[in-house]
Amino acid sequence: MIEVNKQGQVWVFAEQHKGKLEDTSLELLSKGRELADTLKVPLAAVLLGSNVSDLCLQLGHYGADKVILAENSLLEHYQTTSYAKVIDDLIAKHKPQIMLYGATPAGRDLAPRVASAVKAGLTADCTDLQIGNHEVKKTNATYENLLLQIRPAFGGNIIATIINYDRWPQMATVREGVMPMPEPDASRKAEVIKEEVHLSQTDLAIEILAEHMEARKVNLKASRVIVAGGAGVGSVDNFKKIWDLAHCLGGTPGATRAAVDLGFIGHDHQIGQTGTTVRPSLYIACGISGAIQHQAGMSSSQKIIAINNDPKAPIFGVAHYKIVGDLNEVVPMMIKAIKEKV
Amino acid sequence: MGYNCVVLVKQVPDTQRITGQAMNEDGTVNRAALPAIFNPEDLNALELALEIKDTYGGVVTVVTMGLPNATGVLREGLYRGADQAVLVTDRRCAASDTLATSYILSCAVKKLDADIVLCGRQAIDGDTAQVGPQLAEKMDLPQITYVEDLVSLDEKSITVKRNLGNGWQEVKSPMPALLTVLDTANEPRVGRAKQMMKCKGAKCRMEVEAIAKEDDCIDVDATCEALEEKGLLIKQWDLDFLEADLQWCGRDGSPTKVHRIQSVVLAAMDTKDVEATQAGIDGMVHELISDHTIG
Repeated sequence: MIEVNKQGQVWVFAEQHKGKLEDTSLELLSKGRELADTLKVPLAAVLLGSNVSDLCLQLGHYGADKVILAENSLLEHYQTTSYAKVIDDLIAKHKPQIMLYGATPAGRDLAPRVASAVKAGLTADCTDLQIGNHEVKKTNATYENLLLQIRPAFGGNIIATIINYDRWPQMATVREGVMPMPEPDASRKAEVIKEEVHLSQTDLAIEILAEHMEARKVNLKASRVIVAGGAGVGSVDNFKKIWDLAHCLGGTPGATRAAVDLGFIGHDHQIGQTGTTVRPSLYIACGISGAIQHQAGMSSSQKIIAINNDPKAPIFGVAHYKIVGDLNEVVPMMIKAIKEKV
Repeated sequence: MGYNCVVLVKQVPDTQRITGQAMNEDGTVNRAALPAIFNPEDLNALELALEIKDTYGGVVTVVTMGLPNATGVLREGLYRGADQAVLVTDRRCAASDTLATSYILSCAVKKLDADIVLCGRQAIDGDTAQVGPQLAEKMDLPQITYVEDLVSLDEKSITVKRNLGNGWQEVKSPMPALLTVLDTANEPRVGRAKQMMKCKGAKCRMEVEAIAKEDDCIDVDATCEALEEKGLLIKQWDLDFLEADLQWCGRDGSPTKVHRIQSVVLAAMDTKDVEATQAGIDGMVHELISDHTIG
């Protein structure tokens, strides 16, 4: 258990498999950067593995001030007990005030194990993180600059903001794809801090007998944000704007059957009666008239934005936000607004 | 031979099927009106334990922590095939977060001398998936999360297949070990009607006491003894019995606190017209950020 300290760094677990960093870890660096700047403390990426030091450069480009590097041949494959042991020791040594993990299968396996060992609080699957104050009315005490850990709960029926003010580090796992991917800055360089690793074969509790991993496929169902294009997008070239908007929201591009048939995008992305049914938090329909077959696959999205130049397009009937206009102009405006976080 | 399997189960509000009755007028969910059910993935954990018992023999114990009315899931566990049930209940457990819950459960599981501890991957009320790994850490057990298939079992080790979303892994762990089980692992069996009728009468001591309060003719000790003989007494353990260190229980043992709860409005809203201008778009994006639709 570590005491509350205001000088503690902000840490991001830099998850890598076979020498490749997870996208979520890079997304977390952008949020971590924001939190560290608000708190005026350094942002450190915590990198564990075997022969992974060349990833330090990339972590620097994506916003880390420091990389805490723990290399050992026993860390070659992710394993709960060995990774948790190394991180427990690092937390005890450096006393960070915040530690973030991607809510990936490994992150959700590792973070609770660490939280239990260091007796810290942990909030799962956050969709947003902020810095703010908390008042305890009973004692009239105010705790300043805490990590506000925001997450849906109760099957998405409530949004809870969780804090921990008396025991640190403040830890959270963050849902994949909810933080925007930062633009790498090749001029940024992180200071690398090499840590000694004290592990023995007995720290590897489990033996991995076989493994088969595939590259991630389009996962429309798990996406919180979907930006979909229809025939109205007009061309493969214009469809790039759909990809750009999806990318800057950490979302996935989707399409109507008509757009797929026109060859704008692959069938994996098709939404509707003959494609995938989705219920994201946000669905942005671009150049989609809103045939009933398409609506069947997306109308239960929590928020729907529709962009169409026909004010009578049926898609507007299910939309929460109606934008009548040319998507080639509106989409870039949205990208600008999101990047600037107005 | 045979294995001692302990299955941790949770009674949860059914957050997946929200009907009109559970909605407030403003479109938010009335949490108190949701029916209580056996957490779905805990049923898969129980089924895996029962399959182990069917093949290798042994004992299956279901354990839950909660208010006395949580015995509902324990009765269900019994009629589906568990041999015994334990209710961990104590006012001092109130307001426990996942860390405190895992500590209290670890004290209970330690009394059961388990070979295999099983739980569902996550519960549908919180969806945190934290109690399993935290419990494993508290007991210094290896943890195997996302279990989809039991491959083999011998006296010293267990081999299972894990589903990692974009692939799978076959892993071998020494026993005792803790497993968290996915909903794709199996099809939970339905209890037999005869067994269901029998287990309807299973009670914990507190429930017997409540009946005795209403009916002077009932002797609590004698009734509990009679239930125990029939295998229908649900064990009731409090924090004193567990010899739990109170600083790690309940509110004191919970580092996470709730800062704020906002209800999500599910009712359809009117369509807002947004001008196709930068100012119009900025306003909309601002709204989406402030209601956490986008980060």
